[in-house]
Amino acid sequence: MTRIFQFRYLILAPAIFFILLIGLYPFLKLLITSFQNITMFADDYGFAGFVHYARLMDDGRFWASVLRTVVFTAIALPIELGLGLAMAYLFLERVPLKQVFVALILLPTVISPIVAGSTWRLMFDNRFGPINQIIGWFAGHEVKLLWTVDTSLAWPAILIADVWQWTPFMFLFLLTALSAVDQEQIEAASLDGASRWRTFRYIVLPAITPVMAIAMLIRGLDLFRIFDIVWTMTQGGPGTLTETISVYAYQMAFREFDVSYSAAFALAIIVVLTGVVLSFLRMVEVER
Amino acid sequence: MSVVGRKNRTGLRFALALACTLLFLFPIYWIAAISVKTPEEIFAYPLVWLPGSFNFNNYLVLFRDGDAWSVFHSLVTAGTSTVIAMVLGTFAAYSLARYKTGGNHLSLWIISQRMVPQISIAFPVFLLFVSLKLIDTYAGLIILYTAFNLPYVIWMMRGYIQDVPIELEQSAMIDGLSPFQVILKVVFPMVRAGLFATAVFTFIFAWNDFLFALILTRSEVVTYPVQVTGYFGSQSTFWGKIGAMSMLGMLPMFFVVATMQKYIVRGMSMGAVKG
Repeated sequence: MTRIFQFRYLILAPAIFFILLIGLYPFLKLLITSFQNITMFADDYGFAGFVHYARLMDDGRFWASVLRTVVFTAIALPIELGLGLAMAYLFLERVPLKQVFVALILLPTVISPIVAGSTWRLMFDNRFGPINQIIGWFAGHEVKLLWTVDTSLAWPAILIADVWQWTPFMFLFLLTALSAVDQEQIEAASLDGASRWRTFRYIVLPAITPVMAIAMLIRGLDLFRIFDIVWTMTQGGPGTLTETISVYAYQMAFREFDVSYSAAFALAIIVVLTGVVLSFLRMVEVER
Repeated sequence: MSVVGRKNRTGLRFALALACTLLFLFPIYWIAAISVKTPEEIFAYPLVWLPGSFNFNNYLVLFRDGDAWSVFHSLVTAGTSTVIAMVLGTFAAYSLARYKTGGNHLSLWIISQRMVPQISIAFPVFLLFVSLKLIDTYAGLIILYTAFNLPYVIWMMRGYIQDVPIELEQSAMIDGLSPFQVILKVVFPMVRAGLFATAVFTFIFAWNDFLFALILTRSEVVTYPVQVTGYFGSQSTFWGKIGAMSMLGMLPMFFVVATMQKYIVRGMSMGAVKG
């Protein structure tokens, strides 16, 4: 038994060593740094108390970034879910060349968010982008909208890019879930005279809820951390209009080098998200 | 329903599906078109929807100026970290799946490390790497990608190993194989498909990463996503280079959607949905 006892730790140890590098070290480092007073100009390693946490609570720019991120998540998530569900229904029945179509639709989801953001920045270009040109056809005159600069258009532009990249993700999950729904039950319901809506509400929806919940949680967490697409399209601008939590955190840490404040900031994000993540994982464990 | 009606409905669905696909494909077509356009075509108004010819000058410029090295840097860092994470992670996963080491708590702790926002760990890692002189080195990026992807590998492989009937391993043990041999000769062949799918996803995550690469590289090992963002300037934007570099970065993904479709749901849901 001792041999097995040692073996099981032997094969686990190297992996744990690596994971501690991102799992334990950053946490301790952030904790210590957040109670010191280190900025770009001063290295004060003395105990500073809770000043940085207090500053975070009072930081209007921080709360604005939290609000923006939450609102954007609340808007993008239902859109991606709804479009994904509609597309999944379309592909549920026999469609010629289905496999080819599904593969092509999935492309946006697997490419780098940086490439997606760059592509849409060029698509939205005021002069040489196809979006303005297409709008111009319908408007009947030349359109020169400044999508990534105009205060009323920057968020819609980011939303369109995000919906484009992640609707296929929702689509694939929902297609998988819908394919697994018991067809006999649906046929029985329709023979009993149930309307399509009632069949969906009482038979299909309960059956796909677990997969839908997981897809929404994964996307929800991603949206909460959104950085790449915003960074390529607007860098958080104009002004701070599209500054999400991650973008603001990046600015404080790597542009302003406000070291201790950034540490408190990062730690706050970790604590809040760990709660969400753990409840998500409980769900996943139940699914297994 | 009559046969004609059925046919019409299939036809309608086909038309809708085609429209859907084209809509999602158009931006990718557009960036691909830009990559083979001449500067005159890129900056023409009204727009050039179909490039007149395949002009590979944008690609040639990337190779001539050495910018294409960023794709090589991505390949080295994503490839090496994938191999290390797969080897270490699969053995660790076996320990969790079969010996129940640390119980559920350890498994949950491991995967929760994967879900922490990158930006919050990027900062302390940056400080650590500065003091270890790992900024802008292959080693730095490879270490970080390995650490960041290990929880994913462990979690996925734990699921795949749990799917293998334990009786096979027990009888192999009775036949006198050591635990190490059991893993190599019995378990690995059984989870071959899972190993491959997990490796592909691990590679994609590292390949597509931007934030870590942005923070931990300067000039020597810049990866392709960082290189792409460098072409957006305040004065001028290098459209042709953005197009060509984006296409180079997208190439592996064409292979992924063509061959890995049935693994994508399980791979992207961390095994929560078996698909």
